[in-house]
Amino acid sequence: MSLRFEGVSMAYTPGTPVLEDIDLEIPPGEFVTIVGASGSGKSTLLSLVAGLTRATKGRIVLDGRTVEGPGPDRGMAFQTPSLYPWRTVARNVAFALETRGFSRQARQERVAWLLEEVGLTEHAAKLPGSLSGGQQQRVSIARALARSPKVLLLDEPFGALDVQTKEDMQLFIRQVWQDLGTTVVMVTHDVEEAVFLGRRVLVLASDPGRVARDLRVEPLGDGLEVKRTPEFLAVRAQVEDLVRREHRAHLAAARA
Amino acid sequence: MVSVESPPVERAAAPAPRVKLLKTEVSRRTAWILRVASVAVPFAIWWAVSGSGIVPDRFLPAPPQVWAAFTDMVASGDLQNDLLASLGRIGAGFGLAILISVPLGFLMGTVGWAQPLFEPIIGILRYLPASAFIPLLIIWLGIGETSKIALLVLGVVFFNTLMTADVVRQVPRRLLDVSATLGAGRARVAARVVFPHSLPGILDALRVNAAVAYNLVVVAELIAATSGLGYRITRAQRFLQTDKIFAILIVIGLIGLTIDVTLRVVRARVGRWSV
Repeated sequence: MSLRFEGVSMAYTPGTPVLEDIDLEIPPGEFVTIVGASGSGKSTLLSLVAGLTRATKGRIVLDGRTVEGPGPDRGMAFQTPSLYPWRTVARNVAFALETRGFSRQARQERVAWLLEEVGLTEHAAKLPGSLSGGQQQRVSIARALARSPKVLLLDEPFGALDVQTKEDMQLFIRQVWQDLGTTVVMVTHDVEEAVFLGRRVLVLASDPGRVARDLRVEPLGDGLEVKRTPEFLAVRAQVEDLVRREHRAHLAAARA
Repeated sequence: MVSVESPPVERAAAPAPRVKLLKTEVSRRTAWILRVASVAVPFAIWWAVSGSGIVPDRFLPAPPQVWAAFTDMVASGDLQNDLLASLGRIGAGFGLAILISVPLGFLMGTVGWAQPLFEPIIGILRYLPASAFIPLLIIWLGIGETSKIALLVLGVVFFNTLMTADVVRQVPRRLLDVSATLGAGRARVAARVVFPHSLPGILDALRVNAAVAYNLVVVAELIAATSGLGYRITRAQRFLQTDKIFAILIVIGLIGLTIDVTLRVVRARVGRWSV
């Protein structure tokens, strides 16, 4: 019962792998954040789990089953909320439930519950275009959660938000994770965010992308004030140094 | 504790003059006055010139004469019959063109092999002027209804296919990815994501091409027909009835405008979500 990478390599063009030989085990219910310099293939990693990209070598196993393509057992949210602009908020969230197997009533109840969870009940009938960036991202996450996925994949979900909204969203996603107990794998370029949210932080190395460091972060507290404690700052600095070193190596490799 | 105090900012007495860019707004009132003038001024000039006697009546009939010709044609029932004949042809020809071009364009925009297969030939065909096909169509299909409907289809179908394909191709990649992760297969993505996303753009294309179809039907009727607005014009020409020609031209203009406004209203309703 977990998400497992078994010797996964991925190359868009043969000979220049984006990811090489990734072995990784993510137990259910974990909150994993992934940071790394550009070129470390962090988005590709998520895309592989989502089934939107195929590994060139190795395989990804979720709950004993090899990932062959996209499916509703892995919800995904991108940096751009990518909502259906012609559908109301409620109908966006309902998209994955519009199949046989969900009665009208079951669908409505599920949507109502999800909107409550993400705090958008009063916006249910609005079109996405009239929402703020943070609200749109909440819709996008609620939509990804509709079919109770085993894994929630977040690809820099708060990267385009202003700092205040971003911190609200960090508390929000932590709350969702605690409420639902889903495994969360989140890619971010923001080290502070990674250390604040992740119970486990993966630092990827570049050229080719591989796991450079696998850090466990002990929860220091739930509030944003944690970010100012010496313990937090120490971990953050450590991760930042690692990312910076990889970034420099990537630049050097690009110049060579 | 560092505190910075800044002096209270003086409020500007008058709003700063805005930089005038190319797109400057006018008030609603001004806009309406201009709209009325846009039609009323040419009309007034027409009336003044025709009333002055500079141009003979035979070439430029005055508005009252045109109105009389119009009421005559309505009284005899000719106008209604011709209008129905023309609209029927548009309905059949344009309808058939939609039935071909929208699915074909959708296919070209969604399925990998359809684009390289159809784009080159349609790209060539669409630059052949439809009216140049009239002699050929008459040879092939005779002077009956079929050749006129075929002309409409030829004139519209290629452009509308390519325009539809363009619109369909503009569906963001991310939206397709997200839909796949939500468990939607290809058919469902096509029906529930690509189609609704493209619909406003498809209607835009239809509006442009409806005008083309409307122009072509009159052209087709000018050449070989026994009914229709175009036919009525050629008949009036034979008897030098410029007042009738004017009346029919105005009717053609107004009906065209009605079609356009209707499609615009539909487009605005369907595409409320898009700008």
